[in-house]
Amino acid sequence: MGLSFDEARHLLSRAGFGGTPDEIRSLMTSDRQGAVTHLLTMPGNKAVTPPPAWIHRLPPLPKLRKVWTDRERKAFHEQLKMQGHELKAWWYRELVTTRHPLLERMTLFWHNHFTSSLHKVRWPAFLYQQNVLLRLYALGSFRTLLQAIAKNPAMLLYLDTQTNRREHPNENFARELFELFTLGEGHYTEEDIKQAARAFTGWHLDHQTGAFRIDLRHHDDGPKQVFGKQGHFEGDDILSLTLEQPQLARYLVGKLWREFVSDQPDPVTVGRLADSFRRKNYEVAEVLKELFLTAEFWAPENRGVLIKSPVELIVGTTRLFNLPLDEATPHIAYGRRLGQDLFDPPNVKGWPGGLRWITTSTLLDRTQLLQRAIRGHETGHPHGMVGMTQAQGVTWLATEPLDVVQATLLPLAPVQPLTAGQERGQAVHHCVVDPVYQLK
Amino acid sequence: MTTSGIHRRALLQAALALPFLWLRPAWPSQVLAEDRAAPPPGSRHRERMLLLVELHGGNDGLNTVIPYDDPAYYRARPQLAIPRDQVRQLTPRVGLHPALSPLLALWDAKELAWIQGVGYPKPNRSHFRSIEIWDTASGSEEVLDKGWLSALFEQYPLPGGFSAEGILLGKGDAGPLGGGKTRTIALNDPAQFLHQAGTVTPVSVPTPNRALAHILEVRREISQAAADLQGRMQQVPPLPIDFPSHKFGKQLEVAARLIAAKVPVAVIKVTHGSFDTHAGQLTAHHRLLEELAQGLLTFRAAMVQQGLWRDVLVMTYSEFGRRVGANASHGTDHGTAAPHLLMGGRVRGGLYGTSPSLTDLAAGDLKHTLDYRSVYATVIEQWWGLPAVSFRSGRYPAVECLTSWDGA
Repeated sequence: MGLSFDEARHLLSRAGFGGTPDEIRSLMTSDRQGAVTHLLTMPGNKAVTPPPAWIHRLPPLPKLRKVWTDRERKAFHEQLKMQGHELKAWWYRELVTTRHPLLERMTLFWHNHFTSSLHKVRWPAFLYQQNVLLRLYALGSFRTLLQAIAKNPAMLLYLDTQTNRREHPNENFARELFELFTLGEGHYTEEDIKQAARAFTGWHLDHQTGAFRIDLRHHDDGPKQVFGKQGHFEGDDILSLTLEQPQLARYLVGKLWREFVSDQPDPVTVGRLADSFRRKNYEVAEVLKELFLTAEFWAPENRGVLIKSPVELIVGTTRLFNLPLDEATPHIAYGRRLGQDLFDPPNVKGWPGGLRWITTSTLLDRTQLLQRAIRGHETGHPHGMVGMTQAQGVTWLATEPLDVVQATLLPLAPVQPLTAGQERGQAVHHCVVDPVYQLK
Repeated sequence: MTTSGIHRRALLQAALALPFLWLRPAWPSQVLAEDRAAPPPGSRHRERMLLLVELHGGNDGLNTVIPYDDPAYYRARPQLAIPRDQVRQLTPRVGLHPALSPLLALWDAKELAWIQGVGYPKPNRSHFRSIEIWDTASGSEEVLDKGWLSALFEQYPLPGGFSAEGILLGKGDAGPLGGGKTRTIALNDPAQFLHQAGTVTPVSVPTPNRALAHILEVRREISQAAADLQGRMQQVPPLPIDFPSHKFGKQLEVAARLIAAKVPVAVIKVTHGSFDTHAGQLTAHHRLLEELAQGLLTFRAAMVQQGLWRDVLVMTYSEFGRRVGANASHGTDHGTAAPHLLMGGRVRGGLYGTSPSLTDLAAGDLKHTLDYRSVYATVIEQWWGLPAVSFRSGRYPAVECLTSWDGA
């Protein structure tokens, strides 16, 4: 049986950035299995937006930087700032134009999982390379992603692995590996962290080549005990030991549930999916397929119960109303104001999300953003988006029946019902500033 | 009037009937009719503001209040120790990081108390878990979902003149004000807030959808807060004092303006950081402490100028201190106990508690000498004059570092 309009809308809003009435209807010819498979098997695991020119450049060597004049240093900082902006604009462009929204949603998910920030890493090219890596395995093997991210230049710098040496181990990476990347708090001991940190000593970024290498002078190859097992563990062994922990799959499935289903994971279903995830060697597309086919995913009581992240709100609205992207400057500025500055998560735990997206301050900014977007209010203002009237080719707003417009814009009935005889422009405005528009 | 408003009013009236009319507003403009009811006999509660300063990331206590007379300090940190001749000596045993020099004016005026060795048993070294413990006043192994101030305000609700319990400035989260029914306003720029709040109409619809209920609640808070802020901010001229231009200084400037405008809230929270100095600590920590000290000194000047310094208590906190020994990155990893400061016009300046031993360590970390809940008890009992509160694990004695109520 084909999906209903509301079901197809639900799937597109959860597994992407929402859709126009035509996009929604095109899924209605498939059943759940077919629609989910279609979204998960779209080809490609690379961005199509051309990247900035500087993505392969290496940071200037420390010995060069030492002899810089103040002026050179200032110019360098300006350059970093500009590149950071270009990097964010690049990703917004991909998010807005992608034909594979689920790939971008999962890349965002991993960006919020394996966090790194421009603020700490400083070199935008490294963040670009990390983003490419996250997208490459976004729907692929978590095992491969974990092994690669541990050696990723941005991550080596972000969690201080770069300065983790045998003489004085730095625990930052080992701690977050267990606490945030794989197991969650309470499933390892302080001693596990100390021992694991030793295995990652000497895991450095080669300044000359920008590549990962193990610096044997600083590497501790002595015996270690982690999770009750003993051996001359290397960093990769620690990752393998971690992947053997049943808790890992439970932790990740729980997190995926909160991202895609609801803020209250069902322990039984999570357990079932976790077993399967582990059995299927941590293939992300496989576990997502099972997640999207759970009864809970489709349950009416779970529709419209998640709050759109700032990036989902901005990107979804831009896509839906076909708003101009230009340099993406307003997108970047609003993302920051709404609390989700791409490539700059607040700390290693990432954006806390959920209800915390909405505060007195961000709710006002969200409303302002939406009003400007659909009204063309204050066009020309640096934060202003050009309005609906100037949007290109959004015929459905003018031609679809009003009930379809409402069902496209909102996952649930609006808090304040549309009044009969409301003029179309007013009705659209009404829906978009209704609190329910914030939900997915 | 919304359902929740009626509920709230009923609660307030019930609260007023009980013998803990607390925080009786002393600012005439906000006294509502219902608050003019005669205070219960013996009540001396009055309007007092708490300014929370979160040192986000885990401040290195040992390089803040420095045990410069202890050779073990210099042995543990050959690269990171502050040389004895640079330490700003407070006593023959401890002194301040040189970047904290601006605070010496407050120390000399006896308005600055350092509480030493603050921590908790079985310390957790995760940023997120440890700040959650601090935020909720929980033990190391129990998980509570309400901030300690949220819980307090539920036990002792504020009188009706208050538009919200707290205001958040900067990037930090609600922390101690999180969870429960606490109304917290996240505010970056008051003028912009007012402008935008005009576009929000409050609606009340009962719903089992928690996300929707949250958004509707936030809308109600916005409308109410905007109404309160509106009049007050217009009445107050700009402060005649220049604040430092860094982010922390700007937060304190907004805080000072809000307090000067007598905006009716009990708590303002600002955030400074990141203090997570795993690498290259010397320079980073110097800058952070310098900004902290400059900011607080300016804030004090603004409060003194407004005649409000005796109505404000400043308190720092942080998820943990850092390891005693340095790591190879010229930084320090997550540790345990650390000193914290209380300052204000009613603080009895000085050094309180005991500096933890640098030789009697637990797994390379300091053993705390004072439970952090004692600092909270100080705020609750000595600052706000409320009865002693039982935390989940019992009562903790307040630190006697504020002028007594009788002397107030």
